[in-house]
Amino acid sequence: MTSVKLKLKENDVKKIQEICKSFNNEPGELINVLHKTQEYFGYLPAEVQEEVAEGLGISVAKVYGVVTFYSFFTMLPKGRYPISVCTGTACYVRGAEKVLDEFKRILKVAVGETTPDGKYSITCLRCVGACGLAPVVMVGDKTYGRVTTDGVKDILKEYENE
Amino acid sequence: MELIKLTIDNRAVEVEKGTTVFHAAKKLGIEIPTLCYMNLADLNIEHKPGGCRVCVVEVEGRRNLAPSCATECNEGMVVKTNSMRVLNSRRTVLELILSDHPFDCLICAKSGYCDLQNMAIKMGVRSIPYQGEKSTYKPDFSPAIIREMDKCIMCRRCETMCNDFQTVGVLSGINRGFEAVVAPAFERDLDHSECTYCGQCVAVCPTGALTEVDHTPQVIRALADPTKTVVVQTAPAVRAALGEEFGLEPGTLVTGKLAAALRRLGFDYVFDTDFAADLTIMEEGSELLDRLGRFLGGDKSVKLPMLTSCCPGWVNFFEYNFPDMLDVPSTARSPQQMFGSIAKSYFADKIAVDRKEMVVVSIMPCVAKKFEASREEFKVDGNPDVDFSISTRELAALIKGANIDFNTLPDEDFDKPLGESTGAGVIFGVTGGVIEAAVRTAYELHTKKTLEKVDFKQLRGLEGIRSASVDFDGVEIKIGIAHGLGNARKLLEDIKAGKSEFHAIEIMACPSGCIGGGGQPLHHGDSSILKARSKAIYTEDELKVLRKSHENPYIIKLYDEFLGKPMSEKAHHLLHTHYFARKLKHIDID
Ligand code: SF4
Ligand code: SF4
Ligand code: SF4
Ligand code: FES
Repeated sequence: MTSVKLKLKENDVKKIQEICKSFNNEPGELINVLHKTQEYFGYLPAEVQEEVAEGLGISVAKVYGVVTFYSFFTMLPKGRYPISVCTGTACYVRGAEKVLDEFKRILKVAVGETTPDGKYSITCLRCVGACGLAPVVMVGDKTYGRVTTDGVKDILKEYENE
Repeated sequence: MELIKLTIDNRAVEVEKGTTVFHAAKKLGIEIPTLCYMNLADLNIEHKPGGCRVCVVEVEGRRNLAPSCATECNEGMVVKTNSMRVLNSRRTVLELILSDHPFDCLICAKSGYCDLQNMAIKMGVRSIPYQGEKSTYKPDFSPAIIREMDKCIMCRRCETMCNDFQTVGVLSGINRGFEAVVAPAFERDLDHSECTYCGQCVAVCPTGALTEVDHTPQVIRALADPTKTVVVQTAPAVRAALGEEFGLEPGTLVTGKLAAALRRLGFDYVFDTDFAADLTIMEEGSELLDRLGRFLGGDKSVKLPMLTSCCPGWVNFFEYNFPDMLDVPSTARSPQQMFGSIAKSYFADKIAVDRKEMVVVSIMPCVAKKFEASREEFKVDGNPDVDFSISTRELAALIKGANIDFNTLPDEDFDKPLGESTGAGVIFGVTGGVIEAAVRTAYELHTKKTLEKVDFKQLRGLEGIRSASVDFDGVEIKIGIAHGLGNARKLLEDIKAGKSEFHAIEIMACPSGCIGGGGQPLHHGDSSILKARSKAIYTEDELKVLRKSHENPYIIKLYDEFLGKPMSEKAHHLLHTHYFARKLKHIDID
């Protein structure tokens, strides 16, 4: 997994310690602690995972193991407009991959990455339950259905001046 | 104790409640094949993730086949271990594993010793019906261990050793599904993790995914170079295990054949690390007496307990995990490094060879010693005291490659002066041995009396943490012993909390000490082998005429001619070291 370097501020470290403490520094609460921590930071860079490990008294490798096992944890900051392309079966057979490729081509970033200006990030989603609208793309909370490769440009245009 | 009756392959068997089907079958002499399962019973390590499903059996009344290694027996159970369905399923499981495995057997370091290969042979696999994507990973070359995760079968034995037994916590299963693999945090190289290089993951890995760095080509090159004087030293634990590589019973002592084989390989001087172990005792024992003497004299600034420092896996462990306690361990170097240092100074002078023209090779049961040999502190102007440290397994490969028929070799002696040793040096190879050797010498130096009995049986055994006290003529010396880093951690936490009562503590990173080291012949999960090796070591001790380090005439001579006395300035310079705080943070790693 690619990652970014981050020097944690004193406040950040304190926050992580607080979160761990609110779960009694219980190693068994790792997943919940990571959820809360990701809610706060938006993502889970290596330095944050090291603090969580310290807080729960477990190895960093274990924390990293859990972060990489569950797809809802991410080690990269999301863009201001996070783009999620559903790659569930229905969307996939109706061309989700081509749509995804088009986003990657235009924004010049890979899945899991964020554009250098911090505006867009691309992730894949498992089925969002809107198979009737396949292929489905989400930008933030907004859902777009039956997206075609040509439609990708139009979607991005909506956010052009923001 | 509740007993349970069941039938396996039409035969009745009675077992204790809680017994697994695998063990019940074993009781009947039925060996169900396993791959991920590992049981080091004498060390209380049982690993049964139930993951590989090679060990499946058919249980009457159950729809699915059950993994026998993780399924408990029930009253009246009817089990089939070799029905058509079981055999087919076992074969399919194996074929699926092989379909995502590189076909590197011809050039794999584990070839001939690999559990997966043996399983394929046993089942007579001749083709792989499944074709699919194979996972590929960048190989990870550290100074001591190579990780080739293409060959990982996700048995996760290494995790159990690294996390549960050693509590180092470097390895973890990461990702999921096809991408799942075992790796250090953030998929860093081992070199950028807090790995101690204890090699216990290597010792249990069933495949070639984890192996030691092979230094035999460099050794062969040195031996072939007429301008080099090649000196070899061999650690105590090697003689108690090397025979296994040549089909001898575990626990067969091969000291004499070992010396003969090294001579046949072309080493110019065949020496013994046991000599350096005696030297270690002189330094470490004197340091202990010095600390004790000052402490009893009322100096409360003295650090006690003193911890032994001859295990490099342990040294790495405390440098990473207890950076604020670096003044607790003895400053004495390990026997390997003491040997190298003396060979390239005292001995090199004696035979008038420049240290740059001398190559020191060590044969070690250990993987961490490779890393230790590469440490900057142990070099003089860039020239290492120990050039190459190879494992017992690597030595076996050298002997086989040189067409030497090991079992018919005569018994020969080590060369002098650095080949002479006492029984105290020999027992360095087993848990409790270093401290027993230290006690033998410290007692006599302190009380100025001769020991009536040199055997301190209270210091021996396989319990993970042991304690004993020894009467030093009215002063009671309390001693702690731990093998395995998880056990060591407990003793260290006590010291940190000010709860430790011990004056001296011996620590070895590997289960049962060096005889169970990461570089030894593979035990394949049979811990009775470790017991046999331990017995062999104590036998060799008993056979020795001299059993106390300070009685070794060549040690006495070394101090007379060269070092002066233990802990002298020269001894400090050549035989002691210092430690570094090495806590790792992601931000500091590029
Ligand atoms: S060598 Fe020891 S510390 Fe390093 S990964 Fe293996 S078991 Fe863990
Ligand atoms: S590296 Fe070896 S011991 Fe570890 S999971 Fe893979 S195959 Fe098993
Ligand atoms: S116990 Fe022995 S073999 Fe194991 S790491 Fe320590 S020195 Fe090496
Ligand atoms: S040996 Fe039983 S599941 Fe692997």
